[in-house]
Amino acid sequence: MQRIPELFARMTGDEKHEWAAASTIDVLWVLYDQVLNVTPATVDDPDRDRFLLSKGHGPMAYYAVLAEKGFIEESILDSWTSWDSPLGQHPDRMLVPGVEISSGSLGHGLPIAVGTAIGQRIGKSRGRTFVLVGDGELDEGSNHEAIAVAARLGVANLTAIVIDNQSAMHGWPGGIARRFAVEGWQTTEVDGRDHGALFTALTAPHDRPYAVVAKIEKGY
Amino acid sequence: MTTMRQAFVRAVNEQIDNDPRIAVVTAVISSNEFPQENERVVDVGIREQTMVGVAGGLALAGLRPVVHSYAPFLVERPYEQIKLDIGHQDVGAVFVSIGASYDDPVWGRTHQSPGDVALFDTLPGWTVHVPGHADEVTPLLRQALKDDNRVYVRLSLHENTQAYPVGEGFTALRHGKRGVVLAVGPMLDRVLKAVDSENADVTVLYAATVRPFDSDGLRKAVQDTDHADVMVVEPYLEGTSSHLISDSLQLIPHRVRCIGVKRHAELRNYGTAEDHDAAHDLDVVGLGSAVRSFFRG
Repeated sequence: MQRIPELFARMTGDEKHEWAAASTIDVLWVLYDQVLNVTPATVDDPDRDRFLLSKGHGPMAYYAVLAEKGFIEESILDSWTSWDSPLGQHPDRMLVPGVEISSGSLGHGLPIAVGTAIGQRIGKSRGRTFVLVGDGELDEGSNHEAIAVAARLGVANLTAIVIDNQSAMHGWPGGIARRFAVEGWQTTEVDGRDHGALFTALTAPHDRPYAVVAKIEKGY
Repeated sequence: MTTMRQAFVRAVNEQIDNDPRIAVVTAVISSNEFPQENERVVDVGIREQTMVGVAGGLALAGLRPVVHSYAPFLVERPYEQIKLDIGHQDVGAVFVSIGASYDDPVWGRTHQSPGDVALFDTLPGWTVHVPGHADEVTPLLRQALKDDNRVYVRLSLHENTQAYPVGEGFTALRHGKRGVVLAVGPMLDRVLKAVDSENADVTVLYAATVRPFDSDGLRKAVQDTDHADVMVVEPYLEGTSSHLISDSLQLIPHRVRCIGVKRHAELRNYGTAEDHDAAHDLDVVGLGSAVRSFFRG
């Protein structure tokens, strides 16, 4: 992860600690470094793990990790968001190798993830689906449709990672994990900056859909 | 008699065992028509946003999802999901609606979807079928199930007395010199009656597929007449296809009259579909009047 600040700076144009403020950076790093069974060579393999970034806003951390892991050329970071750059403020799966869904509008990733996970099951694939959502994004009602459906349909190869930096306007009384647990998901809460704890949480066995709530200190 | 909906269900259920790509996603409506024991048949409960999202995910995983509900809940409620989870992901799916503009008017405005085709018109890459007979549904569906593209099939309770060949552009059923009437799907029979009752010397084209729009077919029909006057009769929002008619005829001075479900009022009436046809001048009387005034002189 040592090169992440440098890769970040190619997009943000300075050497400040903006990368460290990215709420998703540690989860993304642990996923791509230690958890996901996908490489630049297997982005089309039906047995790959699929990672869906639902919270497409602020994708610098995602691009930096994809660059560090060889999915995209580092050089394209320099011109991101320009006219013919494949990298925008919201990622486009048709433009960026390794990006599984085009996202940006909130509340779309989790329902799509239920579909890819069911599709993997139908295809007898070993692949799993991981989807990252934000706690503010959970306001969107479509997520709650999907949370209920995933559990009712027993979509066990699905993991939802919720980045909880307390950005939901009206909060989630009782905690986010409870929202999933009440529908029958397996849940855990973890420090979203602690790589060891994230690895343990993200690789825990589960026989039903699994929600990992990654807590991030607000304003960090 | 087989209804369009029955023809749709039969076409899907006949193919689902043969083609491992086919999946069905429903939100309760019609779910009992499909083999729920098949793992490729998924009902999500009354959750239309997730219905479309799940379909997008299934398509990303290589399946060919058939997505089905009553038109307002298939198209209007999850419109952004159609735009993003299907179109923007660049995957295909077969969307099949029932209910049309006002198939069951006793249910009121909530169950009416005259704007569905206009909504699909805002999105690139959709094929739109508006069959006029159950026997047109079967070949359209079979082809759609084989393909990878984005397809909307708009089923209705209202049918013409006979089916016509589908899939090859507009079909000319009458040839005349005074102009051209393009009748879409279930509008055909009443258009023919109106044209006959007015003794109008017009070409009548029939369309069960409106997107892509058969511009060449329209242009050719217009060139074979003495007047570039085109009336289009659509069973959904009036003017939905006017931009394509204008595009098709941009090099020919022409007149266009668009007929369809009127845009001007929030109709708060129940009654029958025939009552609504009359209210929108989509019955034989209303169409006859339109033919008479438009093709005058």
